[in-house]
Amino acid sequence: MSYLDNILFAILLVIGFGYFFTSVKKIRRNINLGTDVNRSDNPKARWTNMAMIALGQSKMVKRPVAGILHIIVYVGFVVINIELLEIIIDGLFGTHRVFAFIGATYDVLIASFEILAFLVLVAVFAFWSRRNVIKLKRFVSSDLKGWPKNDGNYILYFEVVLMTLFLLMNASDLHLQNVPGGFSHFIKAGSFPISQFIEPIFNGMSNELVMLLSEIFWWLHITGILIFMNYLYFSKHLHILLAFPNTYFANLNPQGQFDNLESVTKEVKLMMDPTADPFAAAPVDDNAVPSKFGASDIQDLNWVQLLNAYTCTECGRCTSSCPANITGKKLSPRKIMMDTRDRMEEVGRNIDANKGIFIPDNKTLLNDYITAEELWACTSCNACVEECPVNISPLSIIMDMRRYLVMEQSAAPMPVNAMMTNIENNGAPWQYNQQDRLNWKNEN
Amino acid sequence: MSENLIVPTMAEMLAQGKQPEVLFWVGCAGSFDDRAKKITKAFVRILNRANVPFAVLGTEESCTGDPAKRAGNEFLFQMQAMMNIEVLNAYEAKKIVTACPHCFNTLKNEYPELGGKYEVVHHTEFLKSLLDDGRLTIEGGQFKGKRITFHDPCYLGRANNVYEAPRELILKLDAELVEMKRSKANGLCCGAGGAQMFKDAEPGNKEVNIERTEDALETKPEIIAAGCPFCNTMMTDGIKNKEKEGEVKVMDIAELIANAQDL
Repeated sequence: MSYLDNILFAILLVIGFGYFFTSVKKIRRNINLGTDVNRSDNPKARWTNMAMIALGQSKMVKRPVAGILHIIVYVGFVVINIELLEIIIDGLFGTHRVFAFIGATYDVLIASFEILAFLVLVAVFAFWSRRNVIKLKRFVSSDLKGWPKNDGNYILYFEVVLMTLFLLMNASDLHLQNVPGGFSHFIKAGSFPISQFIEPIFNGMSNELVMLLSEIFWWLHITGILIFMNYLYFSKHLHILLAFPNTYFANLNPQGQFDNLESVTKEVKLMMDPTADPFAAAPVDDNAVPSKFGASDIQDLNWVQLLNAYTCTECGRCTSSCPANITGKKLSPRKIMMDTRDRMEEVGRNIDANKGIFIPDNKTLLNDYITAEELWACTSCNACVEECPVNISPLSIIMDMRRYLVMEQSAAPMPVNAMMTNIENNGAPWQYNQQDRLNWKNEN
Repeated sequence: MSENLIVPTMAEMLAQGKQPEVLFWVGCAGSFDDRAKKITKAFVRILNRANVPFAVLGTEESCTGDPAKRAGNEFLFQMQAMMNIEVLNAYEAKKIVTACPHCFNTLKNEYPELGGKYEVVHHTEFLKSLLDDGRLTIEGGQFKGKRITFHDPCYLGRANNVYEAPRELILKLDAELVEMKRSKANGLCCGAGGAQMFKDAEPGNKEVNIERTEDALETKPEIIAAGCPFCNTMMTDGIKNKEKEGEVKVMDIAELIANAQDL
């Protein structure tokens, strides 16, 4: 390679990574639009969760077919990316197969990359079939109309292209390695269990042409990887990165434990304090933000809930296990996460367009994205939370939005209001007198 | 029926200068719902049989606030919680048992932060501990060899990871425990949770309890065992809807055990 190649390659890398980091900054900024929540406790349990659930895929395999296919693609992705290191060094310094000197280990590495690449192709074909031929219910439901459906397929096409280029690159390289007496800089290195079967397609071509093709494959492959990396920001595929922080920061409490709103605790304590002066002016606190109960928009959710939304890869296991969704109600936990991300990105674009300040746009997550009907269909059964392979909690968002409906808008369904009135008046959700609570003892 | 239930209240205990081993939190359903009252009494009969010194709050008990909290009314929940905590702390309650997974979850997980710290157990866990300690022996009796399927209450199972205690009790009855296709962590809700018990369902194509009843009927059970008064109602309604009430009974674990001993 001449220096021009190396400079071009460096520019390509800078553009690829530069754009990627601006996207990362935007994601960070958007996640930080959420309120604070402390998830720094118990680091040991958090690292264990990350190791088991994100790294170890323990929840993925609860559905074995998808789980095993996913592990193939995941391992393929991680392992084949080791090769990326060599590609970057070769590109920057004009070397060729710079790690070849490690000998037998190099052969094993290249061979395993090849086998994995082939397995990834098989798995991707299975994934594609599940979406487009078998049409599993969770992949054809109304949540995934339009962009989300295409996004799912684009990711698979990307992987096919990248894996194919990788194998073609190796096949052409192998072809030139086998030229009797050697050719140019194509030293004998690596073992090619898959691409040896592709190699014959180059028979009959001139060595110069094969070398040109080999370089084209190489450039297309690395360019494809950089494009794919930058595609993540626009895609549900961000989970390949965010699954790790997401499982780390996920809730560690029992799933049945819902948080007690601190702002409410203060007020209730004051109400129940017999020594409190009912006519006293509210204490003045200059830093106090006027508190709003519950969530109507993404700024009312906490940052972990927003991280959840970016992490969601729209697999739909939550929705397929949701009792409300199974029985035909509008609620879909996946849609709750997708809506939260869509709204968060809308707010983010608003901030970008207005020099860093959010100008109210008369829209909210509640009503414009998620309707009260969806929220009221939830049984709070935690099936969605249990199902999520990366510990996302759609339920916590549903509950926060219900809190807004009830405490800020008094907009509960009538029978729910009646139930709450009963609890307030007689300490039971039905109209029975508290004094009758022990009557069962003497009844037959 | 000449019932002779011994049900002391915490107030009576205090007057005698006694502290019970465990406080039985009856819950609203257990106190007022006709079906759930039978569960309450069955559990009390077992406690009486095993000579467990327990007491109830009686008229001093009030809703834990669970349905209000799940409906989104955090104010009402915390008011209920703090009133109950004042009562419980005044009696220096240490250990609480309840037959309602919703009360169980709320008392166990959501009260501590508000000042109510107790050891809280579900009645299936408590019954199992009585067996393990040799304070209660059970035989299968009328349930020997019967096909029984257990419906996991969300607030006992997924919410708190209690899956085994109720199953071990069923096995102790020498019954044939059959699992539904969706069970334990994958169990399907009965449809009552999250304040759904108190409202109509949103438009859809089926009621959740029917879906769940179909899961249960697939196992061809003679008895559907429940561990929650609300699940019990939902499954009972489901069985009626399927016109199977002649063949399949819905019973709480406490009732199974009490009936097996002819209590």
